[in-house]
Amino acid sequence: MAASAAVRSSMGLTLRLSRVIPDCSTCPLFRLKCNAKNVANLQRRGSFDSLRTINRHLQTSIGLYHSEEGSSNAEHPEDVVNVVYIDRSGQRIPVKAKVGDNVLYLAHKHGIELEGACEASLACSTCHVYVSAAHFDKLREPEEREDDMLDMAPMLQENSRLGCQIILTPELDGIELTLPKVTRNFYVDGHVPKPH
Amino acid sequence: MEGANKCILNHVRRHCGTLIVNAGFPRTVMAVTQGTALKTLDVNLSRVFAGGCGKASLSSCSPKVCIVGSGPAGFYTAQHLIKARQDVEVDIYERLPVPFGLVRFGVAPDHPEVKNVINTFTQTAKHSRCSFYGNVNVGKNVSITELQQAYHAVVLSYGAEGNRSMGVPGEDLAGVYSAKDFVGWYNGLPSCRELSPDLSCETAVILGQGNVALDVARILLSPIDILKKTDITQPTLEALAESQVRRVLIVGRRGPIQIACTIKELREMVNLPDTRPDMVAADFDGVKEALKDLPRPRKRLTELMLKTALEVPGEKEQERRSKASRTWGFRFFRSPVEVLAEPGHSRIAGIRLAINKLEGSGDGAQAVLTGEVEDVPCGLVVSSIGYKSLPIDPSVPFDSRKAIVPNTMGRVKQAAGLYCSGWLKTGPTGVIATTMNNSFDTARSILEDMDSGTLDMSAAKPGSQSISALLEKRGVKPVTFSDWEKIDNVEMKRGESRGKPREKLLTVEEMLHVAWT
Repeated sequence: MAASAAVRSSMGLTLRLSRVIPDCSTCPLFRLKCNAKNVANLQRRGSFDSLRTINRHLQTSIGLYHSEEGSSNAEHPEDVVNVVYIDRSGQRIPVKAKVGDNVLYLAHKHGIELEGACEASLACSTCHVYVSAAHFDKLREPEEREDDMLDMAPMLQENSRLGCQIILTPELDGIELTLPKVTRNFYVDGHVPKPH
Repeated sequence: MEGANKCILNHVRRHCGTLIVNAGFPRTVMAVTQGTALKTLDVNLSRVFAGGCGKASLSSCSPKVCIVGSGPAGFYTAQHLIKARQDVEVDIYERLPVPFGLVRFGVAPDHPEVKNVINTFTQTAKHSRCSFYGNVNVGKNVSITELQQAYHAVVLSYGAEGNRSMGVPGEDLAGVYSAKDFVGWYNGLPSCRELSPDLSCETAVILGQGNVALDVARILLSPIDILKKTDITQPTLEALAESQVRRVLIVGRRGPIQIACTIKELREMVNLPDTRPDMVAADFDGVKEALKDLPRPRKRLTELMLKTALEVPGEKEQERRSKASRTWGFRFFRSPVEVLAEPGHSRIAGIRLAINKLEGSGDGAQAVLTGEVEDVPCGLVVSSIGYKSLPIDPSVPFDSRKAIVPNTMGRVKQAAGLYCSGWLKTGPTGVIATTMNNSFDTARSILEDMDSGTLDMSAAKPGSQSISALLEKRGVKPVTFSDWEKIDNVEMKRGESRGKPREKLLTVEEMLHVAWT
């Protein structure tokens, strides 16, 4: 079978699927494409849009079909700020944003799992992110209240900031924001981060 | 078609090298690398084909999960499950008619932004695959065993409703309260309505120096003009308006470097209008020298404490302090040994504290008795030394020493299909963000077990259908989420006329009346 033959090859997925997905309606991957699209259409907007993310990634990785949502097309190219989120599984999610966008809400818009429990009011640390070294110093100094809340975040690093306090400027083009792996599942020794 | 499917999956398994069991991560397509992408492909294929598992077994494809407790742990667990799988249905059971647990009854009234998380929880509750059932007492109206029969998985997220006791004579005297009850009182928890603490004394002593202790101190000393614009209950406001309390001591067993509160709460005390700090300089001996070795959060907190306790204030601050009518301060190296009564009365006259010294340093330092004691006259003692979980059903394993349900990564030990999240899982410490991560972990364990077959999903489960029937038979009427919204609206409306975000209903009867009218 063409599908399994392709899979047997030792090439990357992109190549595999592109060989596996000619428009063959008997191929299960064709059904995947159709189903993902259908479900994405039915999917509620808001935070439960993991399938929209699948949509976008299938597009990114194997160019199957148009992204459902369309990127946030800036009116003027100089307003565009390219951002990359790196989620908790290590996946890179490139996003085209605009000057003035808030990093937390931008993440929500693109289905990235960055929680914002207190809704950007500096009363929690759930939007904790690591900022790429090249851009960290280009951010505005955190106010005392942000530092206070950052102190509560597990796995605090030198390049930690709260996502809700980062507003995109042209100098931040290319910024990469990594979501900390904060779960106990990652601690082999059973250690639990203990803020109070 | 079936053959092609199996063929691909088999080859994917073999070439991937790792067993393709979804680790329960959100089912987004992962990075375009060999292993992980194929792993997710498998997942998506199996989900896509879930629709094809045949009409007869259609209901077996929709996992039904029951969550006991509607605080942050319950809601974050629900949120993660619903997001991760398109077929999971979650039912949340709550003993009170109103949801949100400690977000409603624990977070201080003057911390409204912390309560914003309610909006996230509301979104979850209103999701088509989530249902809220308030006014249902699990353990009394329905047993865990019955829930396990109705659902594929049951998650215990009912938190910690008890408190650690000091274990000293005089603890039961009038005038001694647990912080849990005091906080419940000012936050309108129905079971604490009758607390009526006597605030006619000058000095209050709080045992414990965590954030809850600081909340209690702040509520006791805040100007009424600030409190009256919050959702603090009306009876509390009236009691505080008459309060004679002018001095609050916040007492801890160990030293400044071991203090359990966080900097935000300390800063609020330092900046509290009409108050001034009252510390014992000697308590801070050696602290400055230890600063350089401390991690950032501890360092910043200690620096602020040192500044407040030892630094000579500037002119403006000096003036502010001299005008202040109320004082607050930490007392270190002190443990309660007895609450002293007024001779011939059963009211408290003071508290006897043992003086400690520290052995070791940092987080692991131990308080050791020196044999000396000191008596502090006071009329109000609040014991803020920790909440404690209680067992609610004999069929659930419970570790009474640690006061948690024994578990590994949220899977209850020796109890298939039973999970736990939140404080019941790890013990009663941590803020909402901690509980969030904790709950996401439990949800991940559940999802792993669904994928790996550890959780038996082959048989359909009736879920709320059978539980609702059971409850009806027993004369228990659940409060739905839209019923809660009626309560919510009434509270907000009542608050409006008083300039408060809400005026909480204070009894279960009132809540039910509004819910069902």
